[in-house]
Amino acid sequence: MSEKINLRIDNIAVSVTEGTTILDAAKKINIRIPTLCYHEDLCVAGNCRVCMVEQVGSDRLLPSCAMPVAEGMEILTNSLKVRNARKKIIELLVSEHRAECTTCYKNGKCELQELSSEYIVGEDGFIDLIPFKDYTIDLFSPSIIKDDSKCIRCQRCIRTCAELQSVSALTVSHKGDQMKVTSFFEKPMYEVVCTNCGQCVNRCPTGALTERTYIDHVWAAINDDRKHVVVQTAPAVRIALGEALGMPPGEIVTGKMVAALRRLGFDSVLDTNFTADLTIIEEGNELLQRLKKVLVDKDESVKLPMTTSCSPGWVKFIEHVFPEFLEHVSTAKSPQQMFGALAKTFYAERIDADPAEMVSVSVMPCTAKKFEADRPEMRSSGYKDVDYVLTTRELALMIKQAGIDFTSLPDDDYDSIMGVSSGAAVIFGATGGVMEAALRTAYEVVTGREVPFENLNIEPVRGMDNVREATIKIENPLPDWAFLDGVELKTCVAHGLSNAKKVMEAVRAGAADYHFIEIMACPGGCLGGGGQPIPTSPEIREKRSEAIYLEDELKVIRKSHENPEIVMIYEKFLKEPLGHKSHELLHTHYKGRSRY
Amino acid sequence: MSEVKQMVKELANQYGRSNESLLPILQGIVTKELHISEEAMIEVARELDMSAAQVYGTATFYSFLDTRPTGKYVIRVCKTITCMMHGKNQIIRELENLLKIRLGETTHDGVFTLLETNCLGQCHKGPAMLINELPFTELTPEKVRKIIIEYRNREISAN
Ligand code: SF4
Ligand code: SF4
Ligand code: FES
Ligand code: FES
Repeated sequence: MSEKINLRIDNIAVSVTEGTTILDAAKKINIRIPTLCYHEDLCVAGNCRVCMVEQVGSDRLLPSCAMPVAEGMEILTNSLKVRNARKKIIELLVSEHRAECTTCYKNGKCELQELSSEYIVGEDGFIDLIPFKDYTIDLFSPSIIKDDSKCIRCQRCIRTCAELQSVSALTVSHKGDQMKVTSFFEKPMYEVVCTNCGQCVNRCPTGALTERTYIDHVWAAINDDRKHVVVQTAPAVRIALGEALGMPPGEIVTGKMVAALRRLGFDSVLDTNFTADLTIIEEGNELLQRLKKVLVDKDESVKLPMTTSCSPGWVKFIEHVFPEFLEHVSTAKSPQQMFGALAKTFYAERIDADPAEMVSVSVMPCTAKKFEADRPEMRSSGYKDVDYVLTTRELALMIKQAGIDFTSLPDDDYDSIMGVSSGAAVIFGATGGVMEAALRTAYEVVTGREVPFENLNIEPVRGMDNVREATIKIENPLPDWAFLDGVELKTCVAHGLSNAKKVMEAVRAGAADYHFIEIMACPGGCLGGGGQPIPTSPEIREKRSEAIYLEDELKVIRKSHENPEIVMIYEKFLKEPLGHKSHELLHTHYKGRSRY
Repeated sequence: MSEVKQMVKELANQYGRSNESLLPILQGIVTKELHISEEAMIEVARELDMSAAQVYGTATFYSFLDTRPTGKYVIRVCKTITCMMHGKNQIIRELENLLKIRLGETTHDGVFTLLETNCLGQCHKGPAMLINELPFTELTPEKVRKIIIEYRNREISAN
């Protein structure tokens, strides 16, 4: 495979390794070939044909995304023949697409619209077939809207759901002009195995799959003087928001984001990172308690390995696919929901606000969070704990609507209380981060010493490998934890549901003896969430990840249990981890769902 | 175990549980039940460890794998261009009149279902139709009347 192949593209010589596609070879010399069905995260489908190029001396056009280079090839990416063919293809796609761009949620961000504009697809194309089509717009899910009339059948969503997530909630059904992208028996997304992860939304080139937006609800709340509107921001938003506002990937924009939220009119600008720290305390203690019950008390009703519970896509996945493992999932709520429960209780009390007049908004890298906030269990405060969930993309749009020049904003700080956080909280946004944060705290609770890793960076759990394992040996614990002396704590980290599935199958088969498993539904963890700016690619995820670990490194406090606001909330309000108040507000339960 | 579950299990034992087993299993269900119900698809998905949507996608791709309940006899009239030019519309109208149903429907006694299908490879003898697996060609309204009466009589004597 190391053989070099020489070819010419648009008369420019290029030499690439064998097996490279024409598309990638062109990219190497900065020639962009338009694509629609192609996506870097997915296997090649080769069904849209807009990437066609001409090979000199051959009649047929070649799909550049699927065609490997050959020695001596002469490729033209912009000949008249190619342009004409491409334009026809785009016109055909448009003729079957409800091209009502001005009223489309994807307006300005649609790849088909962009190509139509680039190729000047006018009104003299093919006749509009939409009036003859029987299409469905599925508005029932709290997370995702699916509009068949906008679908160009590129099947990115289907490949996403199958390859990255192993869910296959979506499929192609029927054939010919009847062919469509649909769920089992064309049921609403809400009723099938969909986890609401939004990975398909992140990859759909058109407005066929979009998040359900709550922007107008949030504006209404902000403009209602009686309401006190509290906003929380997830760890992964601050390292990606800039992308949707004209900045390159990998910029940390925490300060600007806080400034923008204040300008938008939120009454309290607070941080989900605070409850990420709280999650570590609760979940870490839960793990230690489980270890004790299993190792010392030999209590067979207590299950190990324990898995994390902060990713609502993962939670819904395990409810559908591995319902027999629900007792393995930590009962700790996700940071978003812990925050919501505290906002309308503890925080309302502190600022002397009436929780009935409080509106709690969260900004998340995630579409599954919209579903999570809607779960009937998530009303521990006596109200809906989180009223509206916005994605990173929706926040970017609100900032644009408000006419704010984001890049020139001065940095601002979160309000207190529930605004201070540690570096351990920010890494929640990356795969492996929750594990690292939990280990930083749990190891210290047990031994009284810091985790034995340079600068607290637990490298073995970092990175983008599909499944990562790390073992930490506990030596010389404090007297309370003597039973853990010499125990090798076995941990595992997986991201993307297809990797999660493999790990759980290994656990089910008895082939894995982990104590603690971290699972994030989305590739890369929350930084690659379904609600993050589009596009997301392996390279962009890498940049976001670097930004997250840098943000951690820059924090004075790196461990959740050292966050002074956390210490304070236990003193003043919660009293103790896993205590009575915690159980009431910060823990939850799960329900089995049908797999089919 | 429900009957459907039992049937699917047996088919899976017979044809295997890999991706390639999907089509023979679906065909097996159609042979037994005339159509593939939602419940049957779920059982297939369970047996083959795939998603129910994938089973649905495959089943709906093939016109002969009905996913809606059908009558005992499924009439499929070719709708492709040659048969179209040879008067398939009159054939369909005749069938609709005889059976008192519209295209896509099943008679209330559950005996006949009327559908259209793509080219049957009988273009030189169009218009053509199938009743279950039997082809009928060079159809005329009169021929269609005879065929239906014959099937009806057969039904009566069978009961
Ligand atoms: S949201 Fe996730 S699980 Fe649901 S259809 Fe899309 S990719 Fe599949
Ligand atoms: S819904 Fe979007 S991603 Fe899926 S096939 Fe249609 S256009 Fe492509
Ligand atoms: S991008 Fe190459 S065929 Fe669609
Ligand atoms: S067109 Fe009717 S059989 Fe071929």
